[in-house]
Amino acid sequence: MSETIEKPYTAKDLETDQDVRWCPGCGDYSILKQVQKVVPELGIKRENLVFVSGIGCSSRFPYYMETFGMHSIHGRATAIASGLKAARPELSVWIVTGDGDALSIGGNHLIHILRKNFNVNILLFNNQIYGLTKGQYSPASEEGKITKSSPMGSIDHPFNPLALCLGADSTFIARTMDRDPTHLREVIKRANDHKGTSMVEIYQNCNVFNDGAFFIYTDKETKAVETLFLEQGKPLIFGEGKTKGIKLDGFKPVIVDLTDGTAASDLWIHDETDRVKAGLLSRFFDNPSTEGHLPRPFGVFYTEARYCYEDALVDQITTTIAKSGKGDLNKLLKGGNTWTIA
Amino acid sequence: MSKTTEVTKDITILFAGDSGDGIQLAGTQFTNTTALFGNDLSTFPNFPAEIRAPQGTLAGVSGFQLRFSSIEIFTPGDICDVLVVMNAAALKANLKQLKTGGIIIANSDGFDPKNLGLAKYPASVNPLKDNSLEKYKVHEVDVTKLTKECLKESGLGIKEIDRTKNMFVLGFILWMFNRDMDNTIKYIQDKFKKNPAVMDANIKTLKAGYHFGDTSETFTTRFQVEKAQLEKGEYRNIMGNQAAAIGLIAAAERSGLTLFYGTYPITPATDILHELARYKNFGVKTFQAEDEIAAIGSTIGASFGGALAVTASSGPGIALKGEAIGLALMLEIPLVIINIQRGGPSTGLPTKTEQSDLLQALYGRNGEAPVPVVAAYSPSDCFTTVFEACRIAVEHMTPVFFMSDGYIANGSEPWKFPTADSLPTIKAVFAEPRNEGDEKYMPYKRDEKLVRKWAIPGTKGLEHRVGGIEKEDITGNISYDPDNHEHMVKTRAKKVENIADSIPLQQIDNGKEKGKLLIVGWGSTYGSIKAAVREAIEEGYDVSHAHIKYLNPLPKNLGEILYNFENIIVPEMNNGQLVKVLRDKYLVPAVPFNKIKGMPFSAAEIKEKIVETLKK
Ligand SMILES: Cc1ncc(C[n+]2csc(CCOP(=O)(O)OP(=O)(O)O)c2C)c(N)n1
Ligand code: SF4
Ligand SMILES: [Mg+2]
Repeated sequence: MSETIEKPYTAKDLETDQDVRWCPGCGDYSILKQVQKVVPELGIKRENLVFVSGIGCSSRFPYYMETFGMHSIHGRATAIASGLKAARPELSVWIVTGDGDALSIGGNHLIHILRKNFNVNILLFNNQIYGLTKGQYSPASEEGKITKSSPMGSIDHPFNPLALCLGADSTFIARTMDRDPTHLREVIKRANDHKGTSMVEIYQNCNVFNDGAFFIYTDKETKAVETLFLEQGKPLIFGEGKTKGIKLDGFKPVIVDLTDGTAASDLWIHDETDRVKAGLLSRFFDNPSTEGHLPRPFGVFYTEARYCYEDALVDQITTTIAKSGKGDLNKLLKGGNTWTIA
Repeated sequence: MSKTTEVTKDITILFAGDSGDGIQLAGTQFTNTTALFGNDLSTFPNFPAEIRAPQGTLAGVSGFQLRFSSIEIFTPGDICDVLVVMNAAALKANLKQLKTGGIIIANSDGFDPKNLGLAKYPASVNPLKDNSLEKYKVHEVDVTKLTKECLKESGLGIKEIDRTKNMFVLGFILWMFNRDMDNTIKYIQDKFKKNPAVMDANIKTLKAGYHFGDTSETFTTRFQVEKAQLEKGEYRNIMGNQAAAIGLIAAAERSGLTLFYGTYPITPATDILHELARYKNFGVKTFQAEDEIAAIGSTIGASFGGALAVTASSGPGIALKGEAIGLALMLEIPLVIINIQRGGPSTGLPTKTEQSDLLQALYGRNGEAPVPVVAAYSPSDCFTTVFEACRIAVEHMTPVFFMSDGYIANGSEPWKFPTADSLPTIKAVFAEPRNEGDEKYMPYKRDEKLVRKWAIPGTKGLEHRVGGIEKEDITGNISYDPDNHEHMVKTRAKKVENIADSIPLQQIDNGKEKGKLLIVGWGSTYGSIKAAVREAIEEGYDVSHAHIKYLNPLPKNLGEILYNFENIIVPEMNNGQLVKVLRDKYLVPAVPFNKIKGMPFSAAEIKEKIVETLKK
């Protein structure tokens, strides 16, 4: 969206007068900061920005953005945003949601907004826990997770959020994290550029109830080997000193050592438009403690150009009016058959 | 053979058959023709729950009751003069509805051993043959055979031929009541314009049915029902759900807002969606959501964006919407929630009527969550009342319940439709854009009616946040302050109470202002109560009728009216809901009178109750 804005605004202008009430050290702070930083660069009029959230720590987000905002009810932000976008296609609509909000109570609405492909951005703050209700396992928590509601370890098998979204025919999926501000901003920009529902999973640390869930992807010692940063047209390379790569053996991704002479050209080249490969990438989801596991990908997995719901909706209306003219209320009231009593 | 014509004022016909027999269509076509002729009329379609219940069984019987007259009528008739049955099950299920001396027109092919068995008649019993129908005038017509005969050269298959049976019956009934076939022929030509063979077949069968009346020796009497002397003006026939759909479009036009309709299919509300989906030329946006929660969610979003947002369902779906209704109430944005009630609880009786969701509408949410409630009382009144629901929602910035039920939603009556100009305008008050240096926008600042302004995204300088958490008065910021919470709860309640200033005072529909007995109704019981009270008054009973359209807030003078009567009876198609509200609010000894059979009250039932009460 590149409309001309009369008066540009800054990150500072997007701060509200409300005290931010997340726990000190919570990953949500960093996400808020990066969103405030990147949004002014997107060329959107401030009064056209709407942030809609559900319920959860993450869903407090709209209160801290000096834009239009709605803190709604648990799980339903996606449904509300759909109606808003259908009614007002020209608005820039952002959904802020948590792993419980989006994947548990709001799971149904999530898959449906994805297939309908409204042109909105979804920021899913995944801390793999229910933060606001003080630390129960979520549908994104790993098996065996010990929490207050699972003292012997959770017996729930978790969702793989991005694989789920791809399964629902999402037209844009990406992953980023709270502790990599530059990458976070880049991905948000890409999400906003995409026309359609953009799903951005953001790994977010809940330092109170699930501290360190993603440290292996953010800590200096482990980050290089455990993460794989995707770049369009570039080979899948990761590891300390970029010494490892991923090659496809049929449909099976294998890790190869680039120091033994494997050429970069033999590697898997990232192609965001390849649905099959995106499917494989979304399955790079092994428990990092298993031997020989694949690194966790970050960046844009997949994009696809598909018509947006609101455009098609408006289109049906404009074609009807072009064909048969605007509705006439008197005719409608009268209907087809009338009789007169004199 | 000479035929005589008997002039009569008021006829009730019940068409009954398998739900696959095209009974509803035949009934509707006859209705349209008789409407065009200028009769007063009232219809009552009665469907089985399954679209195609097993053929020939009692569960599969579908009915269409039509009453038409030269006098003013208010109900589709308590008891029928003519019963048209396509099979044995249809006769068995509906015979008790036929008056003694009434006419039965039976498709004899539907009384073969197989059909008799399916209708659970004992072996070798055929009611057409055993004199058990002596009290009635029975005419057997082998519709199946005559239809086949008539189309034997059409080249159509057995199944297609069989499907035109309803046209034979319709043709015959048109003959019997002296109506011409033009309107039906036009309808058939339009409906089958892409399939000339089927079009011709239907017209041929229709005519065959008509001429059969003329030539067959068994029928000697035709009936003539003259035009009704209704109020002067131009009329059309309308069904309740159709009226509601048109009412919504009218409200959108008269408010200058775009209509957004978010819903999930459910009987008997879905027809409003079907209707609205056809009106893209009015800019109507319909949204079929994944469930009822998403449906109301979408309307909350649309309303936040400045649309006239409407969601509709029936009891089970309304239950799912509860939490979101609370949100809309906290956001203080306009929203219309339509409940086309059906038998409950749970899935209940999906195709049958009931008024058992009044308390759900009034109280069915967490927290102190008052929502205005209005109820339509007849098919055409759905137009006026849904329009009024939109007005209240927009002008008072609140969710509003519009209540209807399966009976009036599917029923029809003549409607003296208004012109667009004669409809009131609905005034949406939007917050104005702000410039730099203007003072900060206060989203929860209110006018004297306690209504806040509609501040929609895209308006410069109005950036603000709303949500379901309790908010501080005026600023709208989150607030957990105890005094503020109490103040806000009271303010939201007062805001709804204030609506009483903008609604009409309660009228006595019929009867004296003061007396022995007041019948208080709401919703679709109107016609039966009206007819019963009218009759009772004519017979000298001291009874009056008041019908409440505004159920929350109640009209300001309702208490005074109630206090003027010694006895109050509240007939409801539920186990006593409005009666609880009246007793609670006015401390009057109102007495419930309930019918919970999935069927509307007959006027006779109410009359009997009046007589019984006044004789005591
Ligand atoms: C209808 C409903 N059910 C339950 C709750 C309680 N609740 C609030 S937030 C939440 C879970 C939030 O988890 P998540 O979406 O992961 O957000 P986080 O707090 O972790 O950011 C629950 C169960 C609620 N507010 N509403
Ligand atoms: S509970 Fe966790 S997610 Fe919630 S604010 Fe605190 S640290 Fe953040
Ligand atoms: Mg969470």
